This record gives sequence, structure tokens and C-alpha cells, in this order.
Amino acid sequence: MCETCGCGQPDDHVTIRKPSEKHSHDHNDHAHSHDHEHEHHEHTHTHSHEILLEQNIMQKNNLLAERNRGYFEAKNIFTLNLVSSPGSGKTSLLERTINDLKKEIKFFVIEGDQQTMNDANRINATGAPVVQINTGNGCHLDADMIAKAVKKLNVAGKSILMIENVGNLVCPSLFDLGESKRVVVISVTEGDDKPIKYPNMFMSSHLCIINKTDLLPYVDFNIAKAKEYAMRVNHHLEFIELSVKTGEGMDKWYDWLKKSNNNSTKF
Amino acid sequence: MHELSVAQNIIEIVEEHAKKLHALTVSEVELDIGMVSGVVPETLEFAMDVAVKNTMLEGAKIKIHVIQAKAKCCQCNQDFKMDDIYTLCSHCGSLQFEIIQGKELKVKSIKIEDKS
Repeated sequence: MCETCGCGQPDDHVTIRKPSEKHSHDHNDHAHSHDHEHEHHEHTHTHSHEILLEQNIMQKNNLLAERNRGYFEAKNIFTLNLVSSPGSGKTSLLERTINDLKKEIKFFVIEGDQQTMNDANRINATGAPVVQINTGNGCHLDADMIAKAVKKLNVAGKSILMIENVGNLVCPSLFDLGESKRVVVISVTEGDDKPIKYPNMFMSSHLCIINKTDLLPYVDFNIAKAKEYAMRVNHHLEFIELSVKTGEGMDKWYDWLKKSNNNSTKF
Repeated sequence: MHELSVAQNIIEIVEEHAKKLHALTVSEVELDIGMVSGVVPETLEFAMDVAVKNTMLEGAKIKIHVIQAKAKCCQCNQDFKMDDIYTLCSHCGSLQFEIIQGKELKVKSIKIEDKS
């Protein structure tokens, strides 16, 4: 095991795989240096200098994200970053959407989870090309992972790329992936105060999908209140209420998808 | 936690500049962390402690300035201080505002020791 970064353990390494691929330990992408420069501490005078940097900490990811964004725009790829807690129904939403619309729209999917190919395998069954990013111990996807996954997926132009982020309402909010729009998914079993408990995610999203509306009779979820909380955090948010299970409201989601896709690829 | 990614970014930025300046060591790093940036200062301190080992920043003093969140009201056009994300405009009570300060994540400055 490398003492610097602990690599050599399977769960610490980010992998990007298609459903048919076997797991292999490839350290080509994993850069870590073992430089231990020994400064000779002679008794010479050292001077202290203060240097003003004013540099954005997220600059590296932001630049890569803009590069992704430029690529998507040039190739007319409408890209969505789907974020939510684990269990809100993101994968089911994608499965149903792809199965219903695949005759008219070409879909590509990037799945993100800590471990397993489970979600990619589910998408694979719909016939849409998919790769699975396993982050190991990581809690979010970043622009570099997306750039690599897009290359592996060989995403075609004039398509919709769905990125299903790691289930986590905290960390992914900080990482621009280069997406056209960010979609936050909550389900009615999660509590209507979700938006104010996790404001950063709602602040950075464009659309909020409220899923599992078929369960409303059995839970204390107040839709109006949830929307009000979300609007306090981000007054630009759009809302769609639906049930992936029953199909209720899915037409509104499909309309939004088609309209937004056309808007983003118009010149 | 994402503060570890943020810490690793900070170290990369500081080492890149320090090496260009032929520094021997980095003695201090000043950071601007906005109140609504999504980064928790205490968690970042913890992450930095872990991440700086075997880097030029090992032993450096990490100073974190928390930047106050401010917003501009879309209704009355005035600026106001935000105590938290879901605050109302303190002048007119509107819920519609744009955040103008408080999202910063910056390496403000570094202090290096060199031989010159």
C-alpha cells in the first residue's frame, strides 16, 4: 500500500467501467508523487515573504467543467446533473424516461456510486449506452471524472447525457460538472423541510423534481410548504411533481426535457 | 467529505506557486471561506491537518477568514447582511434576492521562506 495516498486498496481508487467490463487495478490515472526533497538546512539566513494569490480554490474543477461544457455545446449534447439523497428514485426515473422516450431521443448515461455496477446494469437493460463511475470512498463526482467517462462512452452529438451523481445532498453541490442544467430530486418520504436543511444543493439547481407523489396519502409531506422552503433558498427554481411508479406527472417532465433540450441546442 | 477535496486543491495551488518562487517552506496560508460557500471552516481545518502531511505546507499556519454573506434584494434593490441562507430582506421582507458576497473559496495569500 502506498503510504502517501493509501492506494492499492480497491475501495480507494476511482474506476470508470462499462457494464461488460471486469474490474482491473489500473494506476495510470492515479497520480501521486513520492518526492521527498531533502533541504539541506545550512545555517543561512532565510527571508519571509508574503505573496497575495487571491486564487479560487475550485478553479481547477471549474476550468475542467467549462471545458466539458464547451464540448457539450459544440456537439449539441444536452447534459443533466441529477442530484439527490440516496433512495429518492433517480435511477428509476432514468429507467422509465429512457424506456418511454428512446424512440425519439438518443440517451447516454453516466452513473456515479461509491461501489457496485448495480445502477449501470439497470440502465444497460434499457439499451442506453452507460458507464459506471465508482468513487471508492469519494462522495461526489467531479469534472475530471466526467471528462474521462464521456471519452469512454463516446457520446454522440445531438443527444441527451444524463449524469446520475452519487446519492448525497451535500458534497456534489460544490462541483460543477459542465452540465446544461442541474436537477435536484426529492421524494415525499423525505420531509418537506429538505430544501432548508440542505440549502446549497437547492441554491445551485435549476429544476426540483418531487417524486413518489403516489405515497402522499401515507406521509406528512406538504407539497406547498416544500416548494415555499425551496423558493426561499432559490427563487429561480422550477418544480415538477410526479410519480415514476404510477406515471403521474411524467408528461410534464418529458415536456420540460424536450423544451430545455431544444432551447439549449438552438442557435 | 468534500472538504478533503478542497484541502487537496489548496495544497496543489500553494505548492505550485511556492515552487515557482523557489521557496524552501510555506509558513502561512490565508484562506477566504464564504459563509454560504458550502464549506465548513472547522471541517476544512481538520482536512488540512490530514492533507498537508509530507507536503510543503506541513507545519504552516492555516488562517481562515470567514466572509460574511450579503445579498441584494430584487424588490427594493438594497443590500443586506444574511445570517443564513433563508433570511428575508431586512429592509422590505422580500424572499427574492441574489447573493453578492459569501460564496468565496479563495487562497488569499501565502507566506514563504526562501534563501534570498
